[in-house]
Amino acid sequence: MADTPAPAIAAPSVRTVTPVMLVALSILGGWLVLALAAPVIAPYDPDAIDILNMLSPPSAAHWFGTDQVGRDVFSRVLFASRVDLLLCVAGVLPPLVIGTTIGLLSGYFGGLVDTVFMRIYDLTVAFPFFVLVLAIVGVLGPGLLNFILALTLVGWVSYARLVRAQVLTIRESEYIQAARCLGYPPAAILAHHVLPNAIGPVIAYAVSDAVLVMLAGASFGFLGMGAQPPLAEWGVMIADGQAFVQQAWWICLFPGLAAISLGLGFALLGDGLGQLQRRGVTA
Amino acid sequence: MPLLQLLVRRLLQLIGVLAGISLVTFLLVHMAPGDPARLLAGERASAETVAAIRSQYGLDLPLWRQFLTYLANLLSGDIGLSLRFQRPVIQLIEQFMWPTLFLTAYVLCLAIPPTVALAILGARRPGGIADQIIRLVGIAGLTIPVFWLGIMMSRFFGVSLGWFPVSGYGVGFTGHLHHLFLPAVSTAIWLVPVLTQSLRAALIEKTAADFVTAARAQGATERQIFWQTMLPNAVLPTLNLLGVMVAFMIGGAVIVETVYAVPGLGTLMVNALLGRDYYVVQGLTLVFAVSTVLITLTVDLLTAFIDPRVRL
Repeated sequence: MADTPAPAIAAPSVRTVTPVMLVALSILGGWLVLALAAPVIAPYDPDAIDILNMLSPPSAAHWFGTDQVGRDVFSRVLFASRVDLLLCVAGVLPPLVIGTTIGLLSGYFGGLVDTVFMRIYDLTVAFPFFVLVLAIVGVLGPGLLNFILALTLVGWVSYARLVRAQVLTIRESEYIQAARCLGYPPAAILAHHVLPNAIGPVIAYAVSDAVLVMLAGASFGFLGMGAQPPLAEWGVMIADGQAFVQQAWWICLFPGLAAISLGLGFALLGDGLGQLQRRGVTA
Repeated sequence: MPLLQLLVRRLLQLIGVLAGISLVTFLLVHMAPGDPARLLAGERASAETVAAIRSQYGLDLPLWRQFLTYLANLLSGDIGLSLRFQRPVIQLIEQFMWPTLFLTAYVLCLAIPPTVALAILGARRPGGIADQIIRLVGIAGLTIPVFWLGIMMSRFFGVSLGWFPVSGYGVGFTGHLHHLFLPAVSTAIWLVPVLTQSLRAALIEKTAADFVTAARAQGATERQIFWQTMLPNAVLPTLNLLGVMVAFMIGGAVIVETVYAVPGLGTLMVNALLGRDYYVVQGLTLVFAVSTVLITLTVDLLTAFIDPRVRL
């Protein structure tokens, strides 16, 4: 670095990034296949109680052992991946769509819409994210649907803020002025010119956000505020196993590892997309 | 006096945000399904009792009147009454806040040194091997569920090795240190990656700054530039991180305290949620939000005080 004139902000070259993203995509693809094929792959019914085999350690018959009522942990981890994957999608898409729409309007038109949005943004970020979502779910009542609802109510502002910042720079660019001069209506300009140019960083953010959503979903399941037992969900499984962790560590260990691996898939993909964005490549 | 102007403007903003926070926490309880009067009166109360309670608490008044009453109560320091404990929420908070404050300070002490070290290490050679490793490990650290890590650590270090207690708060300063070690480490493991990423970015931004180029043109060695020019400029971003930390740590505390049965505000919150003790939830949400806002404001003012260029 001694004689480099301006140490680049730069990040690793494309060659070093692509393998990481490939790893990320294969993790995500792997989980998708496992989730879809869970009924075929799972050796046992995830809810089948087997009192004779309760708390049995990992073995050839039960790869991840069994829990306190003899349910097969491996089968439950597989079936839980359906819930957790769905949770990621359902927790990211609504805030993404709502936030992007409001961010586009707020950034492009400015004025009253923008002022109102910015006040709502300031107010929302005044609350610790997790606490606000938790309080809303607690008041509405525990459950996955209310969790998604609370997440949407709180989460859209980050997307809107990000899109708004993008739109503020795009709005002044020559191609937008050209489109305006040619008499295109604002709706067409927003949909065909602003949105495609603003969406890249939003997608990268959404992929990273999926990690947060997944962890929040599992945490809510753990606290008893999200997915409700006996539904197999990783957080719920960990909560179930907590009381037995001294004798039967496997009940908690495997759902946690599953959550980490899915999280890694999203996080690495989000990181890779973010780096591509910063180098100006459209994803 | 620009600093005074700044102060006045921020205080005016603060009033707006505080008013907003009280509105949100007020509406929060009103979103609850069911009749609040029925909740106050209890499951088996007669219709007359419920009606009496409704008028006693002003629940039959229009919503805006109720909000004004709520605001007036807040201003006089009354943030509600716990249905379950039959005690003012403020008293509960006073009772439960010490473990949380202790834990927060503990986490800060554990998290800041590795954050600063790792961020410097990464920023010295952006894109270098150390930087790559720190980034990837950081990403991995972010994906670990805190509650799972807590359970696994208490199983291993607490039960198997017997080094640390797995629950409670302990007695005396060293007792607190001992009892809260695992909770603090669990939180720090998850906090350090977040902080390292933003501090690293701030440091790298400095490497492209004009004053670095100027120092280099004047013939300073890279070592001198790093320690004498870049590092002092990284103090402010670190300070700003503290503001960001607070919101994260409050969220983390809720989960970590539950896992380790620490009698703090997080445990109070979760129990209130599960017991549908809405006024405790409301009061805690309010207190958490107000503390976040006040700490952010303090950090911003400190930043402006230290660095006259900052104007926001």
